[in-house]
Amino acid sequence: MEFITQPWPWYVGGPLIAFVLFLTFYFGKVFGVSRSLETFCTIGGAARFSDYFKVDLKERKWSLFFVVGIIIGGFISSEFLMKTQAIDLNPTTVKELADLGFANAGNSYLPEEIFSLENLLSIKGFLILIGAGILIGFGTRYAGGCTSGHAITGLSNLQLPSLVATIGFFIGGLIMTWFIIPLIF
Amino acid sequence: MKNIKFLIVGVLFGIILSKTEVVSWYRIYEMFKFQSFHMFGVIGSAVVLGIVCMQLFKKGVIKDYLGNKIVVKDKDKGFIRTLVGGTIFGLGWALSGACPGPMFVLAGHGAFAILIVLFGAIIGAFIYGLLSKKLPD
Repeated sequence: MEFITQPWPWYVGGPLIAFVLFLTFYFGKVFGVSRSLETFCTIGGAARFSDYFKVDLKERKWSLFFVVGIIIGGFISSEFLMKTQAIDLNPTTVKELADLGFANAGNSYLPEEIFSLENLLSIKGFLILIGAGILIGFGTRYAGGCTSGHAITGLSNLQLPSLVATIGFFIGGLIMTWFIIPLIF
Repeated sequence: MKNIKFLIVGVLFGIILSKTEVVSWYRIYEMFKFQSFHMFGVIGSAVVLGIVCMQLFKKGVIKDYLGNKIVVKDKDKGFIRTLVGGTIFGLGWALSGACPGPMFVLAGHGAFAILIVLFGAIIGAFIYGLLSKKLPD
């Protein structure tokens, strides 16, 4: 039980993610998460605005079970499987973040400076959260997949489009982390 | 109920993403700063084992649960869509520290603010659907 409540190292987590990929294919589906965002659009009536959302929901049903499972998995972890939320960050990262105004980096999974309720209720804080979401949702569907669909499934299947998409993920991520985050915080 | 198995796979995935800390904003920041091997190790080892799985599927060594050959479809081609779409995604990923899987995990953690990110992501997917025919491939 001791091992379960400790944070898991990469060489445990990575192979387990591959096992999830294996199970998804074994059960006859393609591993990926972001298409469910479109499914939510369809459920919300998006087909009235574009034929793009006219899809057979029966085919997508499994992915709704999958995302509900992910939410439950998150709940079980935070309630029962995590003794602490502290993260063992590189001290350089902690110091750099402190200079940017992020106090107590690594004391919890999420920085208060972005995710606190107080921040959410400010105009800037709200725009950051919703803006990040729009970039993610638009970007992943335009690219045809997210980290799971492209970086894990696609790269595993040696797909060139997935390599290009993953390079794109890094171009965007590096621009944000190195240039934009220091500007907005 | 035949979809229950996907619920269970999802629970497993949610626990793995939580326990491996990949749902943490800090882990993503650290990755893009190249200050830790953790995320590269997670994704890299998943891909290496994933390659092995895919080969076993293609050679027919492992069949699906019904005994059928597992066919893995090729990804849609298109240089602009993957590079530009990927870059836009990366901007949002680094800012919120969450990609679609972790968003659902964090909702399960009770992080209220992530629901705003998730709502934004659904709007983003909606905008893509509206524009999909007009965007370059």
